[in-house]
Amino acid sequence: MDLSELIEIAEHERASRRSIRIRCCTALGCQSAGALSLKQRLEEAATEVERQDIEVIGVGCMGLCGNGPLVMVDPDGVLYEHVRAADAPSIVAALDGGEATAPLGDPQHPFFTGQKRIVLEHSGIIDPERIESYIAAGGYQALYHVLHEMTPADVIDVITRSGLRGRGGAGYPTGLKWATVAKSHGNRKFVVCNADEGDPGAFMDRSIIESDPHKVLEGMAIAAYAVGADQGYVYVRAEYPLAIQRLQKAIAQARRLGVLGAQIFDAGFTFRVDIRVGAGAFVCGEETALMASIEGRRGQPRPRPPYPAESGLWGQPTLINNVETYANIAPIIRHGAEWFASIGTETSKGTKVFALTGKIRHTGLIEVPMGATLRQIVEEMGGGVPDGHVKAVQTGGPSGGCIPATLLDTPVDYESVQRVGSIMGSGGMVVMDDATHMVDVAHFYMEFCKDESCGKCIPCRAGTAQMLHMLDVIRAGQATPADLEQLEQLCLMVKETSLCGLGQSAPNPVLSTLKYFRAEYEALLNHNADRATTEP
Amino acid sequence: MAVTRSQRPTPESAPHPSGDNRFRLLEAAMKKHQYRPDALIEVLHRAQELFGYLSTDLLLYIAHSLHLPPSRVYGVATFYHFFSMAPKGQHSCVVCLGTACYVRGSAAILAAAERHLGIKAGTTTPDGHISLETARCLGACGIAPTVVVDGTVTGHQTPEQVLIWIERLAQMVE
Repeated sequence: MDLSELIEIAEHERASRRSIRIRCCTALGCQSAGALSLKQRLEEAATEVERQDIEVIGVGCMGLCGNGPLVMVDPDGVLYEHVRAADAPSIVAALDGGEATAPLGDPQHPFFTGQKRIVLEHSGIIDPERIESYIAAGGYQALYHVLHEMTPADVIDVITRSGLRGRGGAGYPTGLKWATVAKSHGNRKFVVCNADEGDPGAFMDRSIIESDPHKVLEGMAIAAYAVGADQGYVYVRAEYPLAIQRLQKAIAQARRLGVLGAQIFDAGFTFRVDIRVGAGAFVCGEETALMASIEGRRGQPRPRPPYPAESGLWGQPTLINNVETYANIAPIIRHGAEWFASIGTETSKGTKVFALTGKIRHTGLIEVPMGATLRQIVEEMGGGVPDGHVKAVQTGGPSGGCIPATLLDTPVDYESVQRVGSIMGSGGMVVMDDATHMVDVAHFYMEFCKDESCGKCIPCRAGTAQMLHMLDVIRAGQATPADLEQLEQLCLMVKETSLCGLGQSAPNPVLSTLKYFRAEYEALLNHNADRATTEP
Repeated sequence: MAVTRSQRPTPESAPHPSGDNRFRLLEAAMKKHQYRPDALIEVLHRAQELFGYLSTDLLLYIAHSLHLPPSRVYGVATFYHFFSMAPKGQHSCVVCLGTACYVRGSAAILAAAERHLGIKAGTTTPDGHISLETARCLGACGIAPTVVVDGTVTGHQTPEQVLIWIERLAQMVE
């Protein structure tokens, strides 16, 4: 495989396209609403009218998951929502001036126009099950360029200058991480993609893999070249069967074309990728626990240092990045570090993908430049709460916090979100309205953390159980003001002394709701009680 | 032990003494991973796929094949939520309790299902017909609240709709 063959595949693919393309979303959300039978009906309808200029293709997520199944017709850009299989013939007939029975969507809605798509640039446009479709969109050319025209140090330099930071939540500078792994010595090095998207309410990584799996693989291959690794693992959670299936297919196709495997692009670079399927443990999103799980052990974290960059899988230097981080790599190589650094804010460059869910009119997946405000995202793009008001926006899942409506003008970047007591996290954004009681929310997350605590360190194992118990007592109306104070102290203790991120961040939902919605806790207190409630 | 190496049947050629063909498929999965201990989780996934759940005997068999202490295999199998040590019902109803589903009322859905079936989440009806389970988050938050009925994800659910699903499952007698 060389560049001319790659370009040939791209040209052949583009030449074989028909002028009218009916794109049907086949990602999980739309599939659950019947997209597969719809796609089949569309294909049949297109065949029945005997027109050679129409094609029906299955694509990845178009974003507006709450209104699925979605169908988009090119080149006119007509969007249909809530499409049923029975609507298929009318959609095809509409091409000849008929009227479609499916409701029309508005592609000019701020939900779409407010976005800047880098990670999701191909999502909803290419066929995720065909490598040719990705190559036609310029895929794998960045990898070719890197292997033939750049040294590993050049690649790391570009990524460093781009200002890209880890999209898994912590925001560690990606270039710095790569440089550390490149410098570390080992018999072998590994590249790991963390696709163990465990935060409830987040589905960015699932959607990226389901919609554009090759982009993640290309990013991993470039990373492997930069740090000197020859083996990669994608750790995907078992709850994502469609993502696993598409990734398997993508890896097999890439191997067959020689863009993964031995001697990629005849450049003396070898890189293989295997999938490891998780087994339902939230803590495995933590990097040391994830590595333990890849090694076939219980997913329990260990103290750091040593960091995985020095001693990771089987004691060898290991690079671990999130799905979205890898998906940013090929565009940065293609357009340059300066281009990427020009998007976003001073300290947070590029874009961020968010899963917008909860009590909101338009639910789905959006990608916005860093620094967009919560108000823009929730009220303009998401359309606000249907019949009601935004009470709070929860970001960062069980590790994050609730940002009250009064702070909706907070720009979304790593530092600003942290300043208001939450975290950027991986990108889940759950909108809550007046009907949501914040003590219940804190209880919901604490129950989650208690169940998911791996049990290795005491502050987390015993602390989460104790905090949950105290929340139970508060909810039952039996707690005293002293109990509330004790809960706060316990939160701080667990935060400071837990071994890994799970325990360190488990108190966040309680602390942030206490900070902004203390009155809701106080309304539940029993001021006459004098009993202590420390025994679970 | 009286059994010597030469007496041990080679995995590929001989069927499992029980005559159960599923062991042959499990053996193939282990062979694919060259019986490497780090493939334990992959092997457990395959075993559960084939047998429906992980019995103690099955875990011992895997431990023996991968040359791992049984404690290690048991430890891993019990650590991860996905692995089940008890048989599941013929049909399953999984209510997602992720945040988006929670905010949109999944607790009421689960309560209705529990009441109707007369069992708690995480258990199976006494006749072994329906298992009621909960999920952390299926990542289908765009169509919350979601319920998975026999493997099919359905969105925008209500307590009434879920009771209809359950009734339908109840009528599907094997």
